[in-house]
Amino acid sequence: MAHVEETHQVTVLPPDTAKIKKLWTVAGILAGVTILEFAVAFGVPHEMKDLRIWTFILMTIVKAAYIVGEFMHLRYEAKVLLWSILIPMVFVVWMLVAFVYEGIHIGIARPL
Amino acid sequence: MASTSTVTVPAPGKTAWDGGVSPMNASYGKLMMWFFLLSDAFTFSALLITYGLVRSSHNAYEGAVDAFTFSQTYWPIPEKVFDAVPFFHGLNAPLVFVGLMTFILIMSSVTMVLAVEAGHRMDRRAVEKWMLWTIIGGLTFLSCQAWEWTHFIVGTDDGGLLTDGTRFFGANLRINQYGPPDFAAFFFFITGFHGFHVFSGVMLNFLIYYNTVTGVYERRGHYEMVEKVGLYWHFVDLVWVFVFTFFYLV
Repeated sequence: MAHVEETHQVTVLPPDTAKIKKLWTVAGILAGVTILEFAVAFGVPHEMKDLRIWTFILMTIVKAAYIVGEFMHLRYEAKVLLWSILIPMVFVVWMLVAFVYEGIHIGIARPL
Repeated sequence: MASTSTVTVPAPGKTAWDGGVSPMNASYGKLMMWFFLLSDAFTFSALLITYGLVRSSHNAYEGAVDAFTFSQTYWPIPEKVFDAVPFFHGLNAPLVFVGLMTFILIMSSVTMVLAVEAGHRMDRRAVEKWMLWTIIGGLTFLSCQAWEWTHFIVGTDDGGLLTDGTRFFGANLRINQYGPPDFAAFFFFITGFHGFHVFSGVMLNFLIYYNTVTGVYERRGHYEMVEKVGLYWHFVDLVWVFVFTFFYLV
């Protein structure tokens, strides 16, 4: 501890090609799903409303899973961390269902 | 009379309560970032769910999609509102520009994760390169959003007919040409709140870039700050995925 070396020996490791390739694969999947969403938006007629909405929601969940799991690395963290982030999301799902249901009934009750 | 009794105390650092243990195998900063993001997710959920409530309480447009016109009596079809592209005035290109914005943000998420990967290898040059790309991606997204807002506020050539028979162009927080007043209010609040997150993210990314260039992390011996800010940046991208679906597609 007498003196601090000012010249640091930093060992730079070579790029982890397998990991980088995987990241680009995930990016490709995200782009692919977005293109698929566009295909549904313009290919499936507006009359099939439920089909459209549910495919959009499903694809969004797929994209979210890849972003959180791979990019944010949550899939590889300790399981207790993963669950302490995911389980509270149950409240969001419940809130969504309850509020949209409520909204439909506000629309019925309100004279326009 | 004091009597001496022996109490066996474990040596410091031997039990989980002595500190120095990382629960969940993650550093303090990373863990706190995760829990901050969880609370931020609740905030965005509240905004999007309220949008869901208000939208489902309004009438939906029932007629043929091709015959759609703006009216305050029903909620507009998003692709009929967001159908303009910069430099192509009058071109009908539904959702093309917002699709481009989505692509830009996803790409900047990819460059961010590549910066994190470079940080793990202590490769300062590569961290600098990828952080710079991430900053450029963020700024491009913000510029796109500025254009999108301007177009939304100024309005289309024909404007929209209000229920009192007057013609109105563009949007403010009280009236808009596209549909019920709440439509524009939610557009401003949700994309604005997200845009401000992107702006903060660009600031944080610049800070990280600056510290990388000046060698702060190299001297520190690790690039964990890149990882922590990276988590925030991916979250911003994640929120956009949801905004894109629930505001523009559904």
